[in-house]
Amino acid sequence: MTGDPIESEACGPQSDVVVRSRIRLARNLAGFPFVGRASDAQRHEVMQLVTRASQGEGLAWVNMAQTSPEERQLLVERHLVSRHFAESPVPRTVGIDPGESLSVMVNEEDHLRIQTILPGLRLREAFDRAHAFDDAVEGRVDFAFSSRWGYLTACPTNVGCGLRVGVMLHLPGLRYTGEMERVKRAAKDMHLAVRGFYGEGSEAVGNLYQVSNQVTLGSSEDDLLHRFAEETVPQLVDYERSARRLLLESNRPLLEDKVHRAIATLRAARLLGAEEATKLLANVRLGICMAMLPDLGLDMVQRLMLQVQPAHLARLDPAAADEDKGRLARAALVRKALRN
Amino acid sequence: MKCDHCDKPAVVHEVVIRNNATQEVHLCAEHAAQRGYQVPAAPVTQLLAQFAGQVPAIAAAARREPVGPVRCPGCGLAFAEFRQSGVLGCPGCYEAFMPQLGAVIERAQGGAVHHVGRVPPRMEGMADRAAMRTRLLQELDAAVAAEQYERAARLRDQLQNLGGGTA
Repeated sequence: MTGDPIESEACGPQSDVVVRSRIRLARNLAGFPFVGRASDAQRHEVMQLVTRASQGEGLAWVNMAQTSPEERQLLVERHLVSRHFAESPVPRTVGIDPGESLSVMVNEEDHLRIQTILPGLRLREAFDRAHAFDDAVEGRVDFAFSSRWGYLTACPTNVGCGLRVGVMLHLPGLRYTGEMERVKRAAKDMHLAVRGFYGEGSEAVGNLYQVSNQVTLGSSEDDLLHRFAEETVPQLVDYERSARRLLLESNRPLLEDKVHRAIATLRAARLLGAEEATKLLANVRLGICMAMLPDLGLDMVQRLMLQVQPAHLARLDPAAADEDKGRLARAALVRKALRN
Repeated sequence: MKCDHCDKPAVVHEVVIRNNATQEVHLCAEHAAQRGYQVPAAPVTQLLAQFAGQVPAIAAAARREPVGPVRCPGCGLAFAEFRQSGVLGCPGCYEAFMPQLGAVIERAQGGAVHHVGRVPPRMEGMADRAAMRTRLLQELDAAVAAEQYERAARLRDQLQNLGGGTA
């Protein structure tokens, strides 16, 4: 229990702190109004052009108009679509690759939102995947581009290379040492956005934070990626690991209490809400990464954190769609998975 | 930059797209008013300023806020709508609202004033760099005229980065 980070191969590099890496490219077709100002006929045309241009890329397309609210929620929980996209009233579709690492939202705020998500710190790989798709499609359709502003997007905060580079970080050490506010201020100065579990406006449930670049203009994709993946994230990972070490040295009982209280509650609870389960599982995650719970695997807990979300739970047990029954089913699922 | 119709400084800059051909329009306050553009009228500004007791500050702010077209000729979006929603209507809005939008983008993008990075294969080439150089020069003129010296310095740096010989 020296505080040396424990990583799981299945969860990717630096997975003691970096939960996942996310790349997002915003693109719009030339010759069409942006989604918000387009007619439904134009939105349908954009959908047709994009799906046709993506043929051979191995994506399965889901027409959002033909999905149930539960299916849309499932896509949000898997981070394959944004909440905004799930709830939007306009004609829209999402293409998903079999491994679920690449998803392409058509008619989100921009005509295309190309997104790749990989576990752990694998931003370069995620970028290469998104870039390959972008390249393939760009050979078949023209994207709106200006030599001055770069790739033109509905919101000027995305203009330029249209690239959002982000990571989901687990930062309990910084939170418990009271350093999180300072990190947030520093991030703001570095033009980074720090958000909660489900993105914009959401809370940092379980000390899980999404950190991403805010500036998309004036830097090349490579520079942006390099700065973020090679400088910013490793620095944040170092801060978090130092904070965890400090906690171990200065207040070990506090840390142990949080971890063991969490696992005990999860193993005993008969009713569990999604948020409570996420918070407790996040503390179990911390315990595993700090070698306090040698019998549990990081990938199993990571999977469980997804399975306890409402739509996932309802998929496993349709009766769990009801909130009260869901709490019961969630507690049963967690107890079974964490059995001694 | 001077007005297209007289020697007075232009306060309205617009790119008009007709039959796929772009034409730039630069107008002084008088000629802009004749053509129906909304230009802040000095008497009203003064009246408001006197009311607030802040003549110099408001006058300076009015000078610094570049004035451009009210609506995008491509999609009909009003600049005021963009101010409210933060979302533009079409790719053409970037050109149409250039005078007002330039400063907005710069603020949102940490001071960056032009794209660096990937260029679509169809857009690669010298003609494009030349077009960018012309546009940056026009913006530099407008920034100096509006006394936006920090912005002017950034635009000058970008021009130098583009390189005179290659543009």
